[in-house]
This record gives sequence, structure tokens and C-alpha cells, in this order.
Amino acid sequence: MKIDLGHIELQNPVIPASGTCGFGQEMSEWFDLNILGAISTKGTTREARYGNALPRIAECGGAGMLNAVGLQNPGVDEFIQREMPALRAIYKGPIIANISGFSIDEYAYVCERIDKETDAAILEVNISCPNVHNGGMAFGTNPEAAAAVTRAVRAVTTKPIFMKLSPNVTDIASIARACVEAGADGLCLINTVLGMRIDIKRRKPVLANTYGGYSGPGVFPIALRMVHQVHKACPKTPIIGCGGVSRAEDVIEMMMAGASAVEIGAASLQNPTACREIIEALPTVMKEMKIEHLQDIIGIV
Amino acid sequence: MTGVWHIVSNEQIAEKIYRMILRGKTEGIRPGQFVEIAIPGLFLRRPISVSDIHGDELAIIYKVVGQGTDRMAAMSAGEELDLLTGLGNGYDLSLCGNEALLIGGGVGVPPLIYAAKKLREMGKEVRVVMGFNTKDEVFGEEAFRTLGCETTVCTMDGSYGVKGVVTDVIEKPAPYYYACGPLPMLKAILRTIGTNGQISMEERMGCGVGICVGCTIETKEGFKRVCKEGPVFSADALKI
Repeated sequence: MKIDLGHIELQNPVIPASGTCGFGQEMSEWFDLNILGAISTKGTTREARYGNALPRIAECGGAGMLNAVGLQNPGVDEFIQREMPALRAIYKGPIIANISGFSIDEYAYVCERIDKETDAAILEVNISCPNVHNGGMAFGTNPEAAAAVTRAVRAVTTKPIFMKLSPNVTDIASIARACVEAGADGLCLINTVLGMRIDIKRRKPVLANTYGGYSGPGVFPIALRMVHQVHKACPKTPIIGCGGVSRAEDVIEMMMAGASAVEIGAASLQNPTACREIIEALPTVMKEMKIEHLQDIIGIV
Repeated sequence: MTGVWHIVSNEQIAEKIYRMILRGKTEGIRPGQFVEIAIPGLFLRRPISVSDIHGDELAIIYKVVGQGTDRMAAMSAGEELDLLTGLGNGYDLSLCGNEALLIGGGVGVPPLIYAAKKLREMGKEVRVVMGFNTKDEVFGEEAFRTLGCETTVCTMDGSYGVKGVVTDVIEKPAPYYYACGPLPMLKAILRTIGTNGQISMEERMGCGVGICVGCTIETKEGFKRVCKEGPVFSADALKI
């Protein structure tokens, strides 16, 4: 099940996605994190943030959910001083540090701190959070802005940089190309799809933030299509495929579309042991599909 | 803990209120904790407080308020449900001395039934004050009386018990309290009874296990997840 993610070897392609595993502690109450391919920590900003007003979660039938958490996190100091050492105490594998910001300077500052003061294997730069204003997605929906963030973080770190892309764009390939040309080592996609629910009794949005990010099985075909498009546009760039993956078969499908590794998001919120179950099911599905090495199926479709 | 539970019974006990008994692994489940129920065909689990434990049977009392609870109400004995159990901190029943006051409003009453049972087992005197909108919604009175708790029921419209709200009938100074109910009731308790007690909060949740931070509230002691550091908070920590 080993795969190579931009010269980092993962024991398997399964990674809990940022924002759906905290900093590992709570998930470790449900299974041993050391079975994971890697772990992507909660998006970290310069200062501590509460995020958006409640309610910030909404049901979307069986197809998924909306969240408008808005980057609640303890800030980069706390991340470095407390969360990373605490995660290291229970987990030996590669850590993907997810970083967010409200200005190019903030992205660069947080990346530089995490580069110098932690042993994170990869910096995953979130330019696609749909739930904050004047930040996040504003940088990921325009090729020039995406490239500017990429250049700024490239200048402050030698660690691999994976830009996390937004699906809320017309042409994801152009954003992907801009990031790669500006020095990104890899790409992670997709973040959540901007959505909304209305409480028809109250005649008001369900979410206090009105809009939120849609995730879960309903976004899987969108994520798959975008991974496929980006892999065709940037065939040498490793991709972490993310969006609606909820079973081992979805992991295989995502890899066939062009992903080298796969992040599991909403599925873990429905079931905290989802990653473990997917990892356990993978060998059987590989056997059924006559796949000897996962590395061989990346982008074959 | 994750597990498959078998529905033993599921019956209506008041207007839109149902009581479901499930059989499974009940070890270690404390009063004030909740379970997360996977509903076939819906994405998010539904968080519901534990209203009683008896041997290997767990009781929940829920109100039909939307798609999830509507589907639950249609389930019958013999069906299976996928539950996460032992979630949240639960009430600290050691803090109340020899006398406790339980204050419940509407579907905030169920966790107090299990709390009353444990408090009585600990030999404590338990007084219960419950509030409902109207007579048709009243439940739980018999359960508290059977446990030997002095019980007062209030209804907003006066159709049953005392007309008014719970804070109208609580004598001051009140003993240490355990409360659960709608936000206006909780605010009234803080304002008129004070902060000598514990309050169970309710919030829309994503995961129920502390990983998505969807249910975080701001307290005097910082940001706290209702599902993880809560749902029970010391009343003096709350900013509501």
C-alpha cells in the first residue's frame, strides 16, 4: 500500500483531512494514529481564532454536510509549543501542517515559523477556506493571487509545499498551473464547495454565517473530476485528492483520477473510525481489482 | 465507543415526545453524557442525552423536531442502530452536598432522570422542578416520583401543575442545582437562582467527539466544545 508523495514515502495513501482530525488527540481515542499514511492538522493562523457564530454545522440529507467553522484554531505559537509536541508523543508518521492566513505576509510568517520550529513533513497551504472573509478562498480563486501566496511561502521554506485549492472556480487547471509555476511541490484538492441551507420554518439560513462549505459523498464526483483535470494539466505534480471519499473503493477511484494520496474528511465526522476502516479494507479491494502496487494506478484513467 | 444497538421499544409518551430503549454495551455511561445515533439515509449523527441505564438497556427520550427524529419515531423494536456512546463529560454528582435541585425544561428533562437515579443511590435528597409549555408535553413526573424525588411541574399556560416558569417556584437560596433546558430558561436560572450549579448545554454538532469544533462556545474559561469539554459546564463559567 506504500506510495510516494513528492519524495515522501507514506505507508498507505490515507490521510485524515485538515479540520476533521483536530491535532490528532481526539481521533487517537478511537484508533492508533500510527496506521495512517499521514495526518493533516487543523488549519493554523498567526493569532488564535474563535471562528464564526453558531450554528456552524448543517445536515445535507445523506449526501453530506455544511460547515462554517471559520478556522477556529489556537494560533501558531500554541501549535508549535503544545499541539505539535503532543501529537508527536502519540504519532511517529509524517505530519502535514495546514496553514491559513488573511494576508500574504501572514501565510509567509506562519509557514516560516512552522518550517523552522517543527518537524512537519509537508506544509499544506490553504488558499480555499470558504468560511472566512478577506482571506482563505480569496487567494485561491484567482491565478495571480494563488501564485503570489505560493511565491511568498516558497521563499521562506525548503519543506514541500502543497497548495490546497478551492473548487469554487471556473477553471481549476489554471489555478493549479499558476501554483506549480510559482514553486509549489504539490497540490491538494478540493476544499469544500460553497453551499447553503434554509430553515423553511424560520425562513432563515440554517448557518449563522449564511453560507458554508459542503462536504461528504455528494462532492465526490466534483472532486474526482477536478483531480483528473489538474493531473492532466500538471502531470508531474503530486496531488492529494480530497472530497467525499468514504470507502476504500473511493480511494482507488481518486488515485486512478490522478491522486498520489487521499484525504478523508467528512467521513470521519460521521464515524471517527472511518480512516481505520478504509485502511483495513484497502488490501481486499486491491486484490479484487488486481492491483499489486497502488503507485501503479496513479492517474491511469 | 462505537457499537450496534438493538431497539427494545420505541413509544410515544407525550406530544411529539418518544422514549426509545436500546440494548447494548452500557458500561461506564454516566448521567449527563450523550450518544450519537446514525440515522440511515442522513449524514450527520443525532446527539441525544442518555435518560436512563438499566442493566444492558439504555433509554433515550427525544422530541420529533426534524428529519432525523422523525425517522427515529418510525423505528420499531427489533431494528438495529449504530451508536457512539460515552460522549461528553456528564454531570459531576459529587459537588452537591446532601441535597440537590434538578431543573429541567422540555426535552432538557431526560438527562436529569438518570442523574436523579444516581443521586438517590448516593443517598441524597433530590428536589425536581420541571417546566413545559402545556399539559400535552409533560413527561417524566412519574419517573422522578418513583425515585422518591419531591417533584413540581410548571406549565406556561397553566394547563397542568403550577402556571408559570421554573424560576417562579424555586425557593431562594436554592440548593446546588443540575439544569438542562432551553436557553431562555438557563438564562433565567443564572439571573434569578445564581451560579451554584451545573448546566448542560445543547448545540448543533458535527462529529460529537471533539474533532470538528463545530459546536464550540465561548466561556469565561475560553473556547469549549459542547461535545467534548461539555455538554455540562459549571454555571459560573458560562457566558449566556
